[in-house]
Amino acid sequence: MSAIIMDSVTLRYGKESIIEELDWTVPEGKITVLIGGNGCGKSTLFRSAARLLKPSSGHVLLDNILLEKMSTKEAARKMAILPQSPAAPEGLTVLQLVKQGRYPHQTWLKQWSEDDEQAVQKALRATSMLELSGHPVDELSGGQRQRAWIAMTLAQNTDILLLDEPTTYLDMTHQIEILDLLFELNEQEGRTIVMVLHDLNLACRYAHHIVAVKDKTVYAEGAPEHIVDADLVKHVFGLDCLIDRDPLYGTPLCIPFGKGRRAVTG
Amino acid sequence: MKAFRPLHGAVSLLIDQRTVFKIISLFACLLIVFIASAALGDIKFSPVVAFQTIFGFGDPFQHMVVYSFRMPRILVALFAGAALAMAGAILQGLVRNPLASPDLIGMTAGGSAAVTAFLAIFSDKSNALTVSIGWLPLAAFIGAAVTALLVYMLAWKNGLSPIRLILIGIGLTAAMKAVTTMMMIIGPIYQASKANMWMTGSVNGSSWSDVLMIAPWTIISLVAVMMAGRHLNMQQFGDELAIGAGARVERQRIFFLVLATALVGGAVAFAGGIGFVGLMAPHIARRLVGSHAGGLIPATALIGAILVMLADLAGRTLFLPLEVPAGVFTAAIGAPYFIYLLFRTKG
Repeated sequence: MSAIIMDSVTLRYGKESIIEELDWTVPEGKITVLIGGNGCGKSTLFRSAARLLKPSSGHVLLDNILLEKMSTKEAARKMAILPQSPAAPEGLTVLQLVKQGRYPHQTWLKQWSEDDEQAVQKALRATSMLELSGHPVDELSGGQRQRAWIAMTLAQNTDILLLDEPTTYLDMTHQIEILDLLFELNEQEGRTIVMVLHDLNLACRYAHHIVAVKDKTVYAEGAPEHIVDADLVKHVFGLDCLIDRDPLYGTPLCIPFGKGRRAVTG
Repeated sequence: MKAFRPLHGAVSLLIDQRTVFKIISLFACLLIVFIASAALGDIKFSPVVAFQTIFGFGDPFQHMVVYSFRMPRILVALFAGAALAMAGAILQGLVRNPLASPDLIGMTAGGSAAVTAFLAIFSDKSNALTVSIGWLPLAAFIGAAVTALLVYMLAWKNGLSPIRLILIGIGLTAAMKAVTTMMMIIGPIYQASKANMWMTGSVNGSSWSDVLMIAPWTIISLVAVMMAGRHLNMQQFGDELAIGAGARVERQRIFFLVLATALVGGAVAFAGGIGFVGLMAPHIARRLVGSHAGGLIPATALIGAILVMLADLAGRTLFLPLEVPAGVFTAAIGAPYFIYLLFRTKG
């Protein structure tokens, strides 16, 4: 089963093509992580999957329906998107923010139905934001703020969740906290999660499915244990490294070569 | 926070009691300023007399002063203030920048250019107007609307980017100011002072027929903005998030721009280029009730109305027998406020 299908999709910014005639599918109910060097096109691919960028040729199917045949509201009931570092209007409270996630379910007359209330409560609970619901978003710490944004996408109550670098600008503790939260959402509710991550080791630990983007196409994809090796890192990132096994989780662990100090030999 | 769900949930709404309380308080302030405006002037009444007169219990003289001289200008000030403030709130939401305002986007300047052109073109050799002055509001409205349209057309490039909108707006403002200056030089000298008075923004000489035009115009727009409030909320989050949540971003943006233009056009037509209200009022309102459109729009409208009524009251009482246009006072408070905002805005 596939949550998102791309059928010979070409993506362009102006005249420059970023992705060419790509056939690609996002597996349903799994955590898929896009990786790749800066400017490789992973963000472009992400934006296209998130319907923020229309393909200049080819088709995108969401839940087996052609995206162009779907109203944006319908699409928003199937898939929620969290862009990179979003900004909240001044003074908006967490509750008001999370409530916006209900937008595709609301009509002019029904702006706060019981379904809305339950979905918002559930999203606040899942992200441990209940106590902070009355706080202005711009006064929260980085980690709390990111949890509030994730709560908003959860309130949208979609099977598919797309997040563009959800851990950027967060310290290590909060990176793990956010990824654990997404992991649980996938485990407990079977939501399909697609995200862009920069940290290859965290990507290997949390992803069921890794997609490496390089040279205007998907260079390799599959379970991290199967595809991530020194060869892939060399090709995709242009970096020499040693791939070991993570002593805690058994997933591939990338140790890059570099200077810094003299290498321990033997 | 309280859920409001009458008719078995066919209609539902989330209401924040604190916001409701603050808006009722603002409305009370508006009433106080209204009564004070009716009572004060070169002839002074006690608030009680003014209150009685408003409700039709004054003697004929009091009735004439309040109803014929003061009420029209108070009401025009009220509605023009509310309209300019709401337009500011809409633009700031769309552009996602607290420094956006109708003055900045060229609408007011376009209105001014049209008014000076009107005065220059329709004057004969003896400096008398060849058409009725009653057409002046229409000219102002057309000027504001045409400038807005030009700004949107020039800023359009695969959709409307807020930053382009602002930059083109600043450019066109300068061009419109040039037109204004040229018309003042070409036109008869005695009209220049009239044009100048108008450009500063004044409700002096407003009549009941002005009130009957600006009031429904503003009220209908207010209702339209309130009804579209949840879309305005979404606009404030920026395109990506709004599209993700299922908003038809471009279409709604055009709707809000048309609405803002209508509001500014109406206000400029009847009260002239009263500046800085569209900047200050939404900002004060945001401090008071937050950014959520449900509370922000009514609070902004009330604060805008209060500001312009106070400016007009000050203008016709502080420097008697001289009368100072209301726009002088809004600019006197507004300009420092703008600089303060510039300092406060990070980055």
